[in-house]
Amino acid sequence: MTLAAQVGHIARRSVRRTIRQPANVIFPFVFPMALLAVTSAGLNPATKIPGFPTDSFLAFFLAFPFIQGALFATMNAGTDLARDIQSGFLNRLALTPMRGGALIAGQLAGIATMGFVQAVFYLAVGLAVGVHLASGVAGAVVLLALATLIAISFGSLGAFFALRTGSGEAVQGLFPLLFVSLFLSSMNLPRNLIEIDWFRYAATVNPVSYLIEGIRSLIITGWDGQALALAFGIAALLGIGSLAAGAWALRMRLTRT
Amino acid sequence: MTSKRSDRSLPTDERAKPARPGGGTGTGAFWSVAFALAWRILHNVFTTPSLLFPSLVFPLFFFTAFAGGLSRVDNIPGFDFPNGYTAFQFVFVLLQSAAFGGVFTGFGVARDFEYGFARRLLLAAPRRTGLIAGYALAALGRWLVTATLLTAVALVAGMQIGGNGVDLFALYALALIVSIAGTLWATGVAMRFRTIQAGPVMQLPVFLALFFAPVYVPLNMLSGWLHAVASVNPATALLEAGRSLISGSPEHVALAYLAAFALAGTLAVWALRGLRSAERAG
Amino acid sequence: MNKEHGIEAEGLVRTFKGGIRAVDGIDLVVAPGEIYGFLGPNGAGKSTTVHMLTTLLPPTAGTGRVAGYDIVLEGPKVRAAIGAALQEAALDNLLTGREHLRLQCALHGISRAERRRRTDELLDRVGLRLAADRKVGGYSGGMKRRLDLALALVHRPTILFLDEPTTGLDPQSRSALWAEVARLAREEGVTVFLTTQYLEEADALADRVGIIDHGKIVAEGTPDELKAQIGRPTVEAIPRDGTDPAAVARILEQFGEATGGSPKGVAVRLEHGASDLAGIVRALDAETIELEHLELHAPSLDDVFLAKTGRSLEGAGEEVEPEPESV
Repeated sequence: MTLAAQVGHIARRSVRRTIRQPANVIFPFVFPMALLAVTSAGLNPATKIPGFPTDSFLAFFLAFPFIQGALFATMNAGTDLARDIQSGFLNRLALTPMRGGALIAGQLAGIATMGFVQAVFYLAVGLAVGVHLASGVAGAVVLLALATLIAISFGSLGAFFALRTGSGEAVQGLFPLLFVSLFLSSMNLPRNLIEIDWFRYAATVNPVSYLIEGIRSLIITGWDGQALALAFGIAALLGIGSLAAGAWALRMRLTRT
Repeated sequence: MTSKRSDRSLPTDERAKPARPGGGTGTGAFWSVAFALAWRILHNVFTTPSLLFPSLVFPLFFFTAFAGGLSRVDNIPGFDFPNGYTAFQFVFVLLQSAAFGGVFTGFGVARDFEYGFARRLLLAAPRRTGLIAGYALAALGRWLVTATLLTAVALVAGMQIGGNGVDLFALYALALIVSIAGTLWATGVAMRFRTIQAGPVMQLPVFLALFFAPVYVPLNMLSGWLHAVASVNPATALLEAGRSLISGSPEHVALAYLAAFALAGTLAVWALRGLRSAERAG
Repeated sequence: MNKEHGIEAEGLVRTFKGGIRAVDGIDLVVAPGEIYGFLGPNGAGKSTTVHMLTTLLPPTAGTGRVAGYDIVLEGPKVRAAIGAALQEAALDNLLTGREHLRLQCALHGISRAERRRRTDELLDRVGLRLAADRKVGGYSGGMKRRLDLALALVHRPTILFLDEPTTGLDPQSRSALWAEVARLAREEGVTVFLTTQYLEEADALADRVGIIDHGKIVAEGTPDELKAQIGRPTVEAIPRDGTDPAAVARILEQFGEATGGSPKGVAVRLEHGASDLAGIVRALDAETIELEHLELHAPSLDDVFLAKTGRSLEGAGEEVEPEPESV
């Protein structure tokens, strides 16, 4: 069986499992939209701050769900893989001709699928409630690509944690760390408008800020080459680093001869 | 030597009698169940970092992100809260941590049911309503630690407090009732669904109730649908009363307490009916 | 030996972090079509041995060949020839039984048409056709074990590894599994390597038994051969109500050392075999001790274990085999 076929089977299983866990479906779709609604309405007065880049906080904040969705992808991927390890299902797969790389690639293909579907949903909701995409149709395609890449990168991180620790609880313990990275960013205000020095500094060194800003630029600015380059670059680096770490962890975990 | 209990040749009045279960089924039993369960949960939480960490850390993150990251909001024309944005957000995060502390406890209830431990509790407890009280006590215990930490961090961050001791006591007492209400809600959900998959059902309504309120700016600065919803949301009353207490100008506190007690009372019935549902399921 | 079906191990060793020697030099040969029972308490090294022979864990030292292939150098070929139902049922609660089988078939490269046919065949074989489209999370323990076995058979292996397959099962499910295992060996010539901590399972199923303790094989042979080596039966006496069990024990212990028996009984392993029985009856009679029941038991595999290790197999397992982290 080819690698692609193996990846396909694992990916299909990954998607099937996600869909069959209501919490894994409801949360990534509903929660970010609820947060988008209340935050954009609640912080709309912030658009009156001098220097605020748009007069619609909804458009400004629409980038956030894509990142939050990726965070959920991390947790789902990691938790599912940890469950496979704890239940011994990984050993079952190891006894088949399945290649180790197919396991990770298959999981990530599943995450990419869910990440893409989530991204389409968020974008559709945004457009439906009146957000105008400054970068147009082409920008929407790039946005979906970037969002999917971010989901894969975060998913790889979750997979690495699962393979390294073999524990669902340890993967859950990752959530606060990712949560911090989300909040200590330019999620709520542009970095130049953050008043508190240490917070602004944290947001500046936080890679998540650039992921948010890359997506945001496609929505409110148009084509900002620097923002996009930073976002794609950081997502790719995170993804490559996490994949490499995940592959190493898989070799340690799957000690089959 | 054969035990008296097993010797069927003895007349019935000479045979050993089974020991009476401790505590009977009265008020004593209720509290013994409640305290025993609360002890177990608090012991588990405070000795398991993965359980303790989220309930301590999340409120701090929210506080940091809102009070720190959004501090410029108090420059918006129309924002006139006298004690600064830090105090403004502190009240929200305090109430949020109380409510979500209850939700985290609900997760624990759901886990107990999913892994079978709840069955052991139901079998052992002479007064099963004490279990609900136990979960609520545990949530309170966790929240008190969270509230202490949050207050300390806010003070270090330079929060200005306008209220006196009575005002602050009233603020924390209000949050305490919110914590109980959050626990009752989540416990009721957990006992009905009896699975961790019910997490979103516990979280989402609490989240919506809190966030459909003047979280970032005062009510008079909101507009559109959010202003309409927030105006009728009981959480708004709690939030605004809390903010008035911390600023030393208490307003509509009685109304807030009435809303809090009414909520807790309603959710107590919800939780009790959830318990009956769990009992029926076996 | 027909190298296509057998198992050989020579000096297999597996050490874990902290110097734990879970398997300490195992030599064994399993003939094709044989059911080999690997009997030992918890923590003896059974699962670790299985993990090595199924290529999931490389040995620290020693060699092994399964189906004629080296377990270290020819791992993929070994895996193609074996099926394994390991200690955990290792199932995905969110997938149905049918989906499990289809996935397993697909990963073994079985064609789409053949997958459907093979899935149905195995579901019928293990009696899960009606439950096939239910999620495994709703299966009973026995159903999970049956599915586990079906998954191990998907690609028609010539060698089957079963790691404590009936632990936690009710007697009916256990008997059904035994019947299927025996049938596989008898009718399809599958070589079965079965680990167990249950004496009666090894006794009932295995053609030959290897008894493992602390990572070493302490005895090996057919169940009858092993019992014959010990040759010492046990007598158990159940005193009548009102009779002092200590008095019965005093008498019996003159004829052998005390051993475990039923809760109400007193049991000793006879020093000189069944010929002591008459002496026991006379001694009891002389003391006017009344019994409800007196029984002579032939040696069991537990007796063999006791003789070889000084401990009884039941209750001997206190340690847990370490998690397979490499050294």
